[in-house]
Amino acid sequence: MSGRREAWRRLRANRAAYVSLLFLAAVGLISLAAPLLPLPSPMALDLPDEPRAPAWPWQELGRTGWDAAEYWDLNAVDAALVRARAAVFGTWQTGPWLGTDAKGRDLLARIVWGSRISLQVALAAALCSLLIGVTYGAVAGYCGGRIDNLLMRVVDVLYSVPLIFLVIFLVSVVGEYRAELAAAGIDSMTVFYAVIGMVTWLTMARVVRGQVLALRSAEFVLAARALGASPTRILLRHVLPNVLPVVVVYLTLTIPAVMLFEAFLSFLGLGVEPPRVSWGLLALDGTEAIHPLRTAWWLVAAPAAAMGSTLLALNVLGDGLRDALDPKLRGR
Amino acid sequence: MIRFLLRRLAWFAVTLWVVVTISFVLMRSVRGGPFSAERELPPAVERNLRARYHLDWPLWRQYVHYVGPLNLAADGPEMLGGDGARPFGGLLAGELGPSFKYRDYQVEDILVESLPISLALGAVALVWAIGLGLAAGVLAAARRGTALDIALRLAATAGIALPNFVIAGLLILLLAFHWPFLPVAGWGDLSHLLLPGFALGAPFAAYVARLTRTGLVEVLGQDWIRTAHAKGLSPRTVLLRHALRAGILPVVSYLGPAAAGILTGSLVIEKIFAIPGTGTHFVNSALNRDYTLAMGVTILYTALVFALNTLVDLAYTLLDPRIELEEA
Repeated sequence: MSGRREAWRRLRANRAAYVSLLFLAAVGLISLAAPLLPLPSPMALDLPDEPRAPAWPWQELGRTGWDAAEYWDLNAVDAALVRARAAVFGTWQTGPWLGTDAKGRDLLARIVWGSRISLQVALAAALCSLLIGVTYGAVAGYCGGRIDNLLMRVVDVLYSVPLIFLVIFLVSVVGEYRAELAAAGIDSMTVFYAVIGMVTWLTMARVVRGQVLALRSAEFVLAARALGASPTRILLRHVLPNVLPVVVVYLTLTIPAVMLFEAFLSFLGLGVEPPRVSWGLLALDGTEAIHPLRTAWWLVAAPAAAMGSTLLALNVLGDGLRDALDPKLRGR
Repeated sequence: MIRFLLRRLAWFAVTLWVVVTISFVLMRSVRGGPFSAERELPPAVERNLRARYHLDWPLWRQYVHYVGPLNLAADGPEMLGGDGARPFGGLLAGELGPSFKYRDYQVEDILVESLPISLALGAVALVWAIGLGLAAGVLAAARRGTALDIALRLAATAGIALPNFVIAGLLILLLAFHWPFLPVAGWGDLSHLLLPGFALGAPFAAYVARLTRTGLVEVLGQDWIRTAHAKGLSPRTVLLRHALRAGILPVVSYLGPAAAGILTGSLVIEKIFAIPGTGTHFVNSALNRDYTLAMGVTILYTALVFALNTLVDLAYTLLDPRIELEEA
């Protein structure tokens, strides 16, 4: 059996990891299809005196009154999805199954829409750590010697800086130029992703470098070099495919860290801006809603459950992948 | 040893210089500056403010003044046109400059006021993390394969997965309102720190538990553990005196990153629990564009993280004499 199929078999045999994989696939699908689902608009205000407690589906299945205009500027795809939803469901929308927040916005809708930001950030960071981290690490490891030394010193220096501080600093500075960036067609979210991406490639670069360094003098690489293959070809065709398992494992460990980081920044008011919504913002709303007299527990518990279960699944999947791809490490 | 420390110090200086330079250029090139955010100031007032903070100087001169050690302002050394009252200033002389928002406050005064609070919080969190983590890890390793082990491992995975502000929210919800015996916000005595300390330390406790268990399980399979059992030592002595010392090494090397993580995590926890520590100041300064204060906190935390990592490396050699301090 080939290594990859063997790994897949091992992953499926690990029940916790497999369930996590299915759960994450479901989360991904729901968040992609968010505009299509008959949820209330995540920003439709209905100013009550206080947050409304959950009305479970058997108490209130749904109601009419949804308005397709009540969204922020959606991109073309999402706008089309919203129109499709209007065609299918009309103005029918689900009831406040998870309750509403202090401004009367539906919590379930906000959690579902919020998942999209987390997902986007995770993807952007994964891409960054793949592109920058793998290239950087591979070049350092393959070139070796002085170049390796220099490149890794840079990583060491960056490592010893509390990067969160620099990022917060950077985000607040970039916020100053929002108008210019918008004029240049750069969304503030893009900048946000780029800044997060900048800090996620360090570990990947280190890991890949170590692997490449070990593979550099492997016999099949020497053989390829003896046959006259160019360094680029050796790296791309012979070395990197062998590093792939480790890269995949670190990616699944990077993604939860990045989602946490996004939530962290949004929580501090430096990330996603209202009316958009992310899980970090929801958690912030929740802690702000804690009140000695009447606590809206669902505002704390529901985002916590959403974020906790997703991150838990990612961690379990990452552990499972590591076991599946590298059986020597099992049980660590 | 001395060589190692010196080399470390040199790298620290390089790191700090990079951090200072990058953030300096960033903050001084931001349009508008720190005074434009408020309501429109009369031009004369703004000119005076800018002159007071030397924002009217060319960038290189501001940079030299900020880094020091020579004070370029009017009270600087006579050869530079000053009156000689205060020839030295800037970072190299231990001055972090005036805060942009808290007028009449030097950044170092603010830090001296708030740092003890943050350090106390961090220490409580670290105690929680090590205490709970070690106990859970040792328990899980000693009862490997039992339901207790599985439950502890599950709890550890959950602890790693949940962000500290979520843990804090749930804790406040449960403890403060349903069983109110701990204060949930504010700052006073140790009891104010228990809850935030736990929320801050919980993810790290989970990680410590995991590392301890892994390390112990590996060590418990070694020959010399069998020897220890064979010579009649009680299982408890073998576990706690012999195995733990070797199995704890990964935990020790994790303490540096953990302490750094606790420091940064306290940004959020201080905000939730309304603790007037350095983290709160940093977040507010970033939001208020109080750049000197933000930079002061960044420099301080870089230094703290560096010191912690160096300490951990030194502790490592004490625990395992086979390891030599080589490349920093």
